[in-house]
Amino acid sequence: MIKALIARLKQGYRTMDFPSAGLKLPPRGLGLPRVKAAGLEKAAAACPYGAISAGENPGLDLGRCIFCGACAKAAPEAVEFTREYKLCASGRKDLVITGGDFKRAETLGADLRRMFGRSFKLRQVSAGGCAGCEADCNVLQTIGWDLGRFGVQFAASPRHADGLLITGPVTKNMELALRKTYAAVPSPKIVIACGACAIAGGPYAGHEECVGIPPEIPVDLYIPGCPPSPLTILDGILRLIGRID
Amino acid sequence: MKAEHLSSFNFPESDLDAPLFFETAASRLGSGGRALAYFAVPEGEAHRLVMAVGFDRDGRIEVYSTLISGPFKALTPSFPQLHLFEREIFEQAGLKPEGHPWLKPLRFNTPGAVPGVADYFTVHGSQVHEVAVGPVHAGVIEPGHFRFQCHGERVFHLEIMLGYQHRGVEKKFIGGPDGRSLHYAETLAGDTTIGHGWAYCGAVEALCGVNVPPRAQFLRGIMLELERLANHTGDLGALAGDVAFQPTASFCGRLRGDFLNMSALICGSRFGRNMLKPGGVNFDLDPALIQELRARLELTLRDVQNAVSMLWETGSVIDRFEDTGVISKQVAEGLGLVGPAARASGVGLDTRRNFSSGPYEGFTLSVSGSGDVYSRAYVRWLEIQKSAELIAGWLDTLPAGPVEAECGDLKPDSAAVSLVEGWRGQICHFALTGRDGKFRHYKVVDPSFHNWQGLALALRNGEISDFPLCNKSFNLSYCGRDL
Repeated sequence: MIKALIARLKQGYRTMDFPSAGLKLPPRGLGLPRVKAAGLEKAAAACPYGAISAGENPGLDLGRCIFCGACAKAAPEAVEFTREYKLCASGRKDLVITGGDFKRAETLGADLRRMFGRSFKLRQVSAGGCAGCEADCNVLQTIGWDLGRFGVQFAASPRHADGLLITGPVTKNMELALRKTYAAVPSPKIVIACGACAIAGGPYAGHEECVGIPPEIPVDLYIPGCPPSPLTILDGILRLIGRID
Repeated sequence: MKAEHLSSFNFPESDLDAPLFFETAASRLGSGGRALAYFAVPEGEAHRLVMAVGFDRDGRIEVYSTLISGPFKALTPSFPQLHLFEREIFEQAGLKPEGHPWLKPLRFNTPGAVPGVADYFTVHGSQVHEVAVGPVHAGVIEPGHFRFQCHGERVFHLEIMLGYQHRGVEKKFIGGPDGRSLHYAETLAGDTTIGHGWAYCGAVEALCGVNVPPRAQFLRGIMLELERLANHTGDLGALAGDVAFQPTASFCGRLRGDFLNMSALICGSRFGRNMLKPGGVNFDLDPALIQELRARLELTLRDVQNAVSMLWETGSVIDRFEDTGVISKQVAEGLGLVGPAARASGVGLDTRRNFSSGPYEGFTLSVSGSGDVYSRAYVRWLEIQKSAELIAGWLDTLPAGPVEAECGDLKPDSAAVSLVEGWRGQICHFALTGRDGKFRHYKVVDPSFHNWQGLALALRNGEISDFPLCNKSFNLSYCGRDL
């Protein structure tokens, strides 16, 4: 017991401030991209996932992007990645970056906010993918991030949850389990698509083994990234429930 | 770290007659050989069975092949380490291994297959009950289905049915390399991005005949050991959590993140994404970054030492770790276990030593154990110390020079085997090119592919309440196995 207490003193207080001024992805990290129409064709050609469209409606779809940086390497004049981690959006179309301002995730309406704003329990469903998103959700539960201080927790059962956080491209083999888990969550319920796979298939986009989140499971929050930084996930969830601006 | 180019290996010419193939395989597996990969490549109407066997003691790889067009002789009854390989061949190619005792679906990806629906092993008796768990689990983890045949708390048998993570990656390598290939490798198992990424790069480099510059090899080594540090530290924390020892669980959760952040400092990604490329690496270290990494490594290791040492000094932890989930050396060798799980049972296999090359020349680390949870935990702690020592040494002696070499075209009609010691154990990638110099077949063997059956056997005659602890002590990948 004494040893544990001494260790506690040695390890110190390690929970980070969030959000804090100047918080950014690491210097070599790839965050919110800036897109210019000039030279975008070259960037589009370099993207293996069709995330970039040049021509009439130029833009970069954060939902399809796996942040490999191939576009910025091929056409640095057209795409530049910043270190901004605030990437979440409420609408699928909001994820398309054009030249204008990025429309960040919206907070839930007053009714839902009253319900979930101070206590928000999520059931995580892992449905394909590489388990990178799961790792970065798990890290939020460590003392470094302490997700619980915001009233947000992962629940063991869908019956105890206010919503689902879905990761992975939803394989055929997980589709039924996902549907059943969604059905088991009491209404009203929130759905979060976490990571490029859950949003648009990620690296596995177009695979016949993957079906994506079915349309009957409407998504309230999109968290882009492959995998998203824990900063991005936390920012999105807290924006959604109105804990931060 | 070991990439063997089999240019001299002309498959059609070196094919063995089927009886000789099975006889050779059996004799090699019976005399110190271990199956690295065993798969079927379509050849017109027929199939070519290819087996790669590693001889750990002398760091040698042999490959045998034969053409077959129907059922073949199962070797599983004599060599259980092949059980999943033969099931895979049956599922992927439709060739029946005759005499296989356990012929069930692996990934449920054939027409009509329903995930999780198969003939389960059952135990009957008035007091016997069955516990079914998954595919959706209580924690934030990957999906899988577990069935326990129990008598009270005692587990007679655990059957693990996976396949839920099957997203069809392996076959998508075919026709590459293309813009996606490296990303596929990096996401075979997200927590083993560097391990699988390096194995892929190794295969491509062997097929191109390119030599990776020494500086790039050392940078890869740093990333691979950081990956090991992060995961081993996280595992020790998770093991502490499963025996309700909160201090180590809390500290290690944070410390794992500190190692991931060191990876992010090098390449921008906590998991090492975008670091590797065939021919070298994308990011270099300057003196300031080396200084920063050295300082962080020292501080983090000091805290890990502090957090982990409590495990060995706490009676309630030791009581739960010792003699729980025992895998004997004989069972570990029989199943072909790899990685810390194998070493904890006394199997002396570490790709870094047995198949060393590049920065790992001269690598030594002697670890062993009695095959219980304690051993699997303690082996991780020994490996943490070794990895930190390796990184610190490499940061001091990083060779000068370029960090990438130009990869040309892949040699046509060729093959390569690439081995890397990922943090879970040995990773094997086997690539075959066609006449056009593109991949015509690509085989991935994640360490979890070998080790899942080890977990099942660790539970035999144990208590069902020990399952989470045993599970964490293996901490296997679902996506790496399901592909």
